Order: sequence, then C-alpha cells, then structure tokens
Amino acid sequence: MRLHIALIAAFIFVSAIPTVGAQYPQAEVEVGFNLYNTNCITCHGSNGDSVSGVSFRSGQFRRVSTDAELNRLIQTGVPGTAMPPGRFGTADLAGLVAYVRSMRDFDTKPARGDAARGRTLAEGKGGCLGCHRINGKGSRVAPDLSDIGAVRSPDAIERTMADSSSTMLPINRSIRAVTREGKVITGRRLNEDTYSVQIIDSEERLMSLLKSDLKEYTVLKTSPMPSFKNTLTPMELDDVVTYLRTLKGAR
Amino acid sequence: MKFLKRRLLPAVLFLCLMIPMMHAQITYDLLLHASDHPENWLTYSGSYASQRYSLLKQVTPSNVKNLEQKWIFQADSLEKFETTPLVVDGIMYLTQAPSDVVALDAKTGRIFWIYRYVVSTDVRPCCGSVNHGLAILGDTLYLATLDAHLVAIDAKAGRPLWNVKVATASAGYAMTLAPLVVKDKVIIGVAGGEFGIRGFVAAFDVSNGSEVWRTYTVPGPGEPGHESWQGNSWEHGGGPVWLTGSYDPALNLTYWGTGNPGPDWNPAQRVGDNLYSDSVLALDADTGKLKWYFQFTPNDPYDYDAVQIPVLVDGMWNGAPRKLMMWANRNGFFYVLDRTNGQFLAGYPFIKLNWASGLDAKGRPIPTPQPEGAPTFPGLQGGTNWYSPSYSPRTGLFYVSAWEDYASVFIREAQTFEEGRRFVGGRPTSPIPGAPNVPGATKRPPINVWTEAAGHGAVIAIDPRTGEKKWKFPMTDTTDSGLLTTASDLLFTGGREGYFQALDARTGALLWKTILGGPIVAGPMTYQVDGKQFIAVAAGHSLFAFALRE
Repeated sequence: MRLHIALIAAFIFVSAIPTVGAQYPQAEVEVGFNLYNTNCITCHGSNGDSVSGVSFRSGQFRRVSTDAELNRLIQTGVPGTAMPPGRFGTADLAGLVAYVRSMRDFDTKPARGDAARGRTLAEGKGGCLGCHRINGKGSRVAPDLSDIGAVRSPDAIERTMADSSSTMLPINRSIRAVTREGKVITGRRLNEDTYSVQIIDSEERLMSLLKSDLKEYTVLKTSPMPSFKNTLTPMELDDVVTYLRTLKGAR
Repeated sequence: MKFLKRRLLPAVLFLCLMIPMMHAQITYDLLLHASDHPENWLTYSGSYASQRYSLLKQVTPSNVKNLEQKWIFQADSLEKFETTPLVVDGIMYLTQAPSDVVALDAKTGRIFWIYRYVVSTDVRPCCGSVNHGLAILGDTLYLATLDAHLVAIDAKAGRPLWNVKVATASAGYAMTLAPLVVKDKVIIGVAGGEFGIRGFVAAFDVSNGSEVWRTYTVPGPGEPGHESWQGNSWEHGGGPVWLTGSYDPALNLTYWGTGNPGPDWNPAQRVGDNLYSDSVLALDADTGKLKWYFQFTPNDPYDYDAVQIPVLVDGMWNGAPRKLMMWANRNGFFYVLDRTNGQFLAGYPFIKLNWASGLDAKGRPIPTPQPEGAPTFPGLQGGTNWYSPSYSPRTGLFYVSAWEDYASVFIREAQTFEEGRRFVGGRPTSPIPGAPNVPGATKRPPINVWTEAAGHGAVIAIDPRTGEKKWKFPMTDTTDSGLLTTASDLLFTGGREGYFQALDARTGALLWKTILGGPIVAGPMTYQVDGKQFIAVAAGHSLFAFALRE
C-alpha cells in the first residue's frame, strides 16, 4: 500500500511538470543515448545535425512529425538514401525516439546562464565535486556527471538542483545496512537482487553485501543531495545548469 | 487405442511403416501419455495438459541441496534464450535463436548435429528474434521459424525434410512458438500483433506439410463475431497466437490463447469487443472448427494478450468431477473455466490491478479505465505474461510467475495501417521517474534499473478453488521464468536476476539456489537418463543441466 501511494505521488509530481523534457522516462533517454552513440552518431553526429536538412536538436525532420512515424522510420530506413533499416526491439526503439526527441528539448530551451561561471561555481562554492565526479575530477560517491548534459534535460537538471529526491533514479538510492555484528554501512546503490546488494560506500569502496548477513537493511527514498534553491542565487543556479548542459562526454 | 484406430488409421499405418527406421519411436500414443514417461520431455509443456508437472522424484526437498551442474551448452546467439528442450531417450533437441535446432547428448551436453536455418531478412519480430522450442512425432522434429515457415527435420540426420511458407514475414507475420503435434497434424499459430496482422491457427499434414485447416482468430464478413469490429478494422485486427496450445484427447479439442487486437493501445480505432482477441479458443483438432471461445479482455486498450499456456486439470468443482482449464492472465485475473464449453466458473485478481473492478457472473471484466495520464495496474507486461505456469496434482495448487505493484501510463495515438510497419496506436510509459516503460523487454541490462520503485517479480501459489494465495516467493527484480513442479513437491524457478531456485511447492520455502549469470527467460524442464534425473534450464545465452552429486 505504501508503494502504491508512492507511485501515485510520483505520478502526480511528474504530471505537474509542464515541460516537454519530462515526457520521456530518463531510463529510456539513457537507453537511446547509448544506442544513438553506437548506431546513429557516425552519420547524424553528436549534435544530430550532420545530415543536411535534418537537425534533431532543432526539431527539424524531413519525413516525420509524430513519435510513431519516427519509430517507423528508424525501422524502415529511407530507401534510396544512406539511412538503413534498423532492427531494434520495442524498448530500444522507444529509447531512440526518446533520446532523439530529447535532443530537441535539451536545446530548445535557451541557456540562461554562463557556463564558465557555472564551472567555477560547481568546482568551488557549489561543492559539487565533493560528491560528484566530472571528467575525472571529484568524488565517486554520487553519480558521475561527465555526460549529464547529454542524458538529462535542462529542466531535469534544474529540478535536481532544487529537489533531487524528485528526480533521483531509484537505482541510485542510498542504502543503510547494519551487519549482524552491529557495523553500520551506508552507500549509494549500484545494483540489487533478492539476495544481495552492491554499493559504493562513503569511502568510495565497492561493496557487495549479502542480505542474509544483515540485521537491518533500508533503502532511503530521500536523496542525500542538499537543495541549492536557497544557497545559490537564481543567477548562480542558471550558471551551474548552463555548465552542466555542456557536459556531454561519451561514457 | 480404440480411439486411435477409429480416428486415425491412415496416420498410424504411416507411422508403423516407419518404425523399422526409427531410433526413438515417438508415436502419437506416446504423446498422449507423455506424463507417464517422465524420463522423456515430449512436448513444449511436458504433456498435452500443459501442467509442467513431472512424476520424477529422485531430486527431493531433502537432497536438492546436492544438485550440481553437469554440463553447459553455450548458444551461438546473443538473443534471449527462451527455449524449452525436448528429451527423447537421452537425446535432447533444443532451439537456439533465431531458428536453429541442436541435437545433443542429454547426459553430457555433447552435440550430435546443428541445423542452421537462415532467416529471411524480411522478418519483423516485435520483441526479439527468439524461439521457444520444437515438436516431435516419429523421427521428425517440427520447427516454426521466425520468418513464418514450418520446417520438418530428420531427428537423426538433422536435415530438413520439407519446408512450407505459413505466412508472409514482410507483412509482420512471424513464428516463435513450439508447434503442437496432434495425431497426424502439426499445429501452429502466428505472431505479429504489433504489425496489424490477422491472426490464425493452422494445421499441417505431418508427412508433407500440406495445410489441412486454418482458423482465423479475427472473423471475416459473414462469420459470427465479425460484428464485434467496426468498419474494416478487422482486417488488421491482430489476435496473434504465439504460444503453444494444449489438447484434450477425449474432447478432441485444442486450446489456444490469442493476443492483443491491433492497434495495441488505441481502442477508438476498433470499437467493439474485437473477437477473438485476448481470448482462449477451443478448436476441433481435426477440422479447426471453433467449438467455443472465452474472451478475457474485450476491446483491450492495454495489450493484455491472452497468450498464456492453457493448463488442463481434471478435478472436483463444487463436489462434482469437472474438466477444468486454469488460466492466470496477463490482465491480472486468474480464471477457472469448464473446458468442455468455456463456461466461466471462477475468477480472482492475483496481483494489484485497477483497470477493472472485478468480473461479472459470466467472467466479463467490469472496466474502470484510469484517467488520461494516470497509471494503470498491471502495466504493459501484465500481471504475468507468456511464462509457463505449473499445476501440481499433488498440492492442488496453481503456480504463476507474477509482476506485482507494477503500472504503466498508456498514451494513445491514432495510427494508419501500413503493411509491414508497426501498428500499435500509441505507447506505454512508466509512471516512475527514470523507470523504463518496457523494462528490458529486448536487452536486459545486468544492472537492476527496475528496483522496488517500479514493481517486482514473485512466484505465487494459488488455490484454484478459492483464489487464495497459499504462499508467495517475492523477488527484487522481475521474472520472466517458466515454472516446473515435480512429484517430490519441488518447484523450480528462475528470474531476471539469474538465480535458479528450488522451492518447496507446499510452502514456498527456498531449498536451493545457484547463480547462472544471466536472466532466465524460459521454462525449466526435467528428464532422466541412465537412472539419473536431470533438470535443465536456459539462462543468459546458455543452457544448464543439473543432477545430484555422485
């Protein structure tokens, strides 16, 4: 029942976001990002604008308008052109559509801040690197942000800065475990199954815990990331978001 | 036997003539009594009643901890490995994706031969280039291919005997199911519910592949049920049949579950009940004539395929013996039907659902469509799906792999039909931020991105008489595993996590587990060679065989 309420609450939150960026589930966008980088990037480029007359980022398509049409075109290709038919499953197609559409959403929203100032803030006053890692610098305790601009919309990044519990992927939730000997272990979840959980702990150690060895095991639904709504000015927030949007490093 | 002579003299004579050449004589009589020969596994579901229950009991709750891996077969394919092997007198026949057949020594895993079928580039599989297995009769294996051909293969030589085109692959027709042999016919159905096909079940002569009958799952003009379609929507009405049916020899009826109407998520394009989508069809085995039907989900807007294994049980119902059919449906309800006439006897939800408030006296759902954008329980993949359930006559319980606390938000879009293109009318999304909408339906990542936020898998033991859940074995990730029960009251199951587990069929207690390193998306099966019971299951891209330590 508790889960049900959580689901409803999650839904209400999502439905209240009036942005196009929230239309596609994050996991789909990420699936699409990986597939795009393997299958599409050679011709379409990392910005989706290398084929003349086509620009995913500006929503410029030659032959399709709806998602269903885009989905079909990915499968059928365009006979007589270099665009081959793509053999993808349902989930992969949904991912590709989500990513290609999100590329547009990512860029249609004009950046309001200054990326260079944002970087200084991220590495300084904002303290991002205390938990996150960007291009090889910073802590590994929280998720690596080196490609966050490619896999998250500006809206999602903005929301995360204000209230990260609302946007945190469930897999990234923190866990708290107490061993039979009474030792308390906390960390970020990397993977979990019926019998075990894999985490990176606060000392950046990769740990695999057997649930049968634990006295207590809790998955925390609140993100440990503080809200920056009141600690950064609106302009500083814009700067940081603008900087994060530039991070598109391949994985 | 009397029955055989009367109905089937020519076929029997034909088989008798073949006997001198045969190594393993899989006669129709043996298929009729497959359960009585548990050393073999002769049909996809283990018997015509499809209970996935074996009389073998060398492996017991007390010694199951001594199971050890005896051999592994690594498939030459990176597709999902969904096969259930057949075993005939120590020889295992299995399929590897997309449509290859392998014969190997069931004791050691050593390969006798591999038949490599080259699939046409025209294929349009919706959900993976997979195959579920084979049928056998006499010395011949029957393979339904991804590009909708039916192939007969010499079980000793591994060479094709005949190959017939069943349907047009470029129009979206495909086959992934294990065929069903009844008497002198091999019966198949077609997939393609996401491509606006017109589904059918068809029977072919085992000796030469000539088509004997074909019954469409969507009735044409002038046929009963046609009025349940608006305009020409029936032409692309779907109703695919992509899982093996069951057979009752006494009634001479075969039973087939049908899939979604097309387009999947936009019922406004096909107003009406859309018969016979999402139904079970009882077809005469000789003529294909429709004897009765029961529709689980009329005018389905969720893709709640009734593509499950029909489980046939002879048992007492309200104090009288009755021929029953038990069915845990993708729509989240568990049904008990009278399989002589399709009468609805009982129905209970086995997971949390909100698309219907219940079933009426005839078993028709009372729909409670959720507001636009709101989550519908169960989600796209359903409360269960094609995963083989099991019924144990010893415990009297029905076992099902279920998805609990799982929802989708369905987005509907009008769509024009074009042959060979996906015809789905919208898309499902997840109500959970960051959760996949079709969680790893094609490629399952090794990381569990699914998590407790979006639902989880479980094995549920249902008392068919009351609907009561006798026990539940919850998992953290979801499960697409089939189930197997044995006469020693063991239940075997896998799941996406890659564990292969033995449970106490009476209590659900975990008795043994091993990690196979890849998701189990197939049904476990059991057989015996030289006095040793084996249990085999496909996981990841390999097939694993277990037996007790010496």
